[in-house]
Amino acid sequence: MRWSRWRRWGLAAALLTALVAGLARPIGLSSALATLGGLGTLVGAAWLPERAVRKLGPLLAFGLSFALLRPSLGPWVATVASSLALVAAHRWASFAVLRRITFIVPSLVFLIFVTTLLMYQAPGNPFARERVASPLVEEALRASYGVPRGALEFFEIYMRRLLLEGSLGPSIKVQGRSVEALIGPALPVSLALGVLALTFAVALGLVLGISAGLRPNSSADYVSMGVAMLGISLPNFVIGALLVIVFALSWRVLPVAGWGSLRHLILPSITLGLPYAAYIARLARNGTIEVMQQDFIRTARAKGLPEHRVVLGHALKGALLPVVSFLGPAAAGILTGSFVVESLFGIPGMGQWFVKGAINRDYSVVLGSAILYATLVTVFNLLVDLAYAWLDPRVRGSL
Amino acid sequence: MSTLDAPQPPTGLSPGQQALRRLRQNRFALLGGVLLLAIFAACFLVPLVFGLDATSVQPEYRHQPPSWQHLFGTDNVGRDYLARVLIGGQTSLLVGLAATLASVTVGVLVGSVAGYFGGRVDEVLMRLVDFLYGIPYMFLVILIMLMFSETARGEALPVFLALGLVQWLTMARVVRGQVLSLRRREFVLAARLMGSSDARVIAVHVLPNVAGVILVYATLTVPAVIILESFLSFLGLGVKLSWGQLVAEAVSVVNPVRSFWWLLWWPGALLGLTLLSLNYLGDGLRDALDPKTQALAPP
Repeated sequence: MRWSRWRRWGLAAALLTALVAGLARPIGLSSALATLGGLGTLVGAAWLPERAVRKLGPLLAFGLSFALLRPSLGPWVATVASSLALVAAHRWASFAVLRRITFIVPSLVFLIFVTTLLMYQAPGNPFARERVASPLVEEALRASYGVPRGALEFFEIYMRRLLLEGSLGPSIKVQGRSVEALIGPALPVSLALGVLALTFAVALGLVLGISAGLRPNSSADYVSMGVAMLGISLPNFVIGALLVIVFALSWRVLPVAGWGSLRHLILPSITLGLPYAAYIARLARNGTIEVMQQDFIRTARAKGLPEHRVVLGHALKGALLPVVSFLGPAAAGILTGSFVVESLFGIPGMGQWFVKGAINRDYSVVLGSAILYATLVTVFNLLVDLAYAWLDPRVRGSL
Repeated sequence: MSTLDAPQPPTGLSPGQQALRRLRQNRFALLGGVLLLAIFAACFLVPLVFGLDATSVQPEYRHQPPSWQHLFGTDNVGRDYLARVLIGGQTSLLVGLAATLASVTVGVLVGSVAGYFGGRVDEVLMRLVDFLYGIPYMFLVILIMLMFSETARGEALPVFLALGLVQWLTMARVVRGQVLSLRRREFVLAARLMGSSDARVIAVHVLPNVAGVILVYATLTVPAVIILESFLSFLGLGVKLSWGQLVAEAVSVVNPVRSFWWLLWWPGALLGLTLLSLNYLGDGLRDALDPKTQALAPP
């Protein structure tokens, strides 16, 4: 017993050393150690005792909502709203929710750190041009944009600016503009596209899935599941191109690309939402079949309820459960899927800034959009889990 | 007499044989498997046998529609499109398989260790998985791709490394869940009492019981990876010649004046067909290996 415990610790130590050594070769010893430290903090955050979580959670909820709301609502409104979040978190949030919130903040910091390391690992830098600037000029540029040569120093400067000034820094490539000024106008565009696509996906998916699930192995079932399989299997830029060819070039009923009116939104959101509509249809179908075999459905029918009330009043909630738990991944997928759809339809959304920033090595733009995307996804996942607990009383205790 | 003529119920079949029997009854899965084999053969054998050349340029034959000379037509500099589509298919399929292999390796390792040891090990690994789930994966892929961007532009290796490294999360979760329920079973206890080491118990006694689930998720990972690769190609970050790349090129020349339909049709159709077959095969395998969900088998 003793020996096996020694052996286990020895194995862990060896693994850790190998990890540090493996990381140290490409990114340097200090960065490797810092990465492991970050991982340790992350894991530590998951092990905080309940009392600490109960104290820390509301405070972090305050900080998080303040940071999210301040740019759009101004400091005063943001303070009031965040105070409400603090009170709400303190009074009503369960332990599990608070634990999730305490996990979000170190995750974001670690994400910034890892992204920084990866960007510095990439060949080239934001100041590399065809015309080689003199070393003196480059040093001056680096100093003025806060981009030193070391990844760790950059991380320090970036975090300090983020926490003390609440600023995402200046864009390095687009001169004279801050990252907020670049991403700010693009955020509502991407959000509008995403919300519309998600609504479309849920509506179409539920209709297809539930109608298929009510009559399994009927022709309606085969047709809608065939459509769903096609939606999953075709990459969405192929679907998008086909839609453009049919609706915009042949029939000329919708614009080819661009942004401005509601009509511009129709094709992109269908393109973006279709694969998720397909997944949702499959989930809803399975959920419906499972629910319809339950005893309470038999009871509802035995009471003499008309079929539509059996379905809408009793079966729907059960059929929705698997769909709701898929909404988190779906929203994340739609957000990142918008990279492709935005570039296909020429939409001025956030995706283009991230891709452009990544190709141009515009460090602050990449980090800014990374933070934004990750926050959106985590917050949305939290909301989805809350909705799930509300729908299914069986998991309410665990959340 | 009639009792003798009646088909005898199958007796004494192993679970594997039963699964195979169920799979053989699923027409869609079978059709998917056959199609997949055909596509593989076409992509890897046809260019070899007929000596197709995807790079020779014939400017006088630009944008030719499909004809007997060029079955799939030609592209904007007069390259034979059949050759380009088939050789592009090689990269797409290879990237899909290799990335899936990478993701299965990592996912099974992490998932089985987390599930088998439980407790703190489980907690640490699953927190890591949670963290990675919170990041939109396209991000990680694009960042990892950047690291290789200049040294190996157009090479397939970084692409499948990057894709494999972001695709293992679901596999890890699924395997962990299965192992978690297996480790309390008597045969695992028996193996441990006989003095087997943890590694041996996992490899010999636990993992074979999870093999079905692993196979199913691997089959469903391949299409996911191929789609991801085509996204990357579309954004200009992918492998040089793949289906995604060809579709992206075709989309960029879509215009209202002249339609080059064959440029979009061939790679798009083959890509869609491959993914369709893989998805049907994966669904079929899941239904075959997990009889509980058989009643819910999607058509």
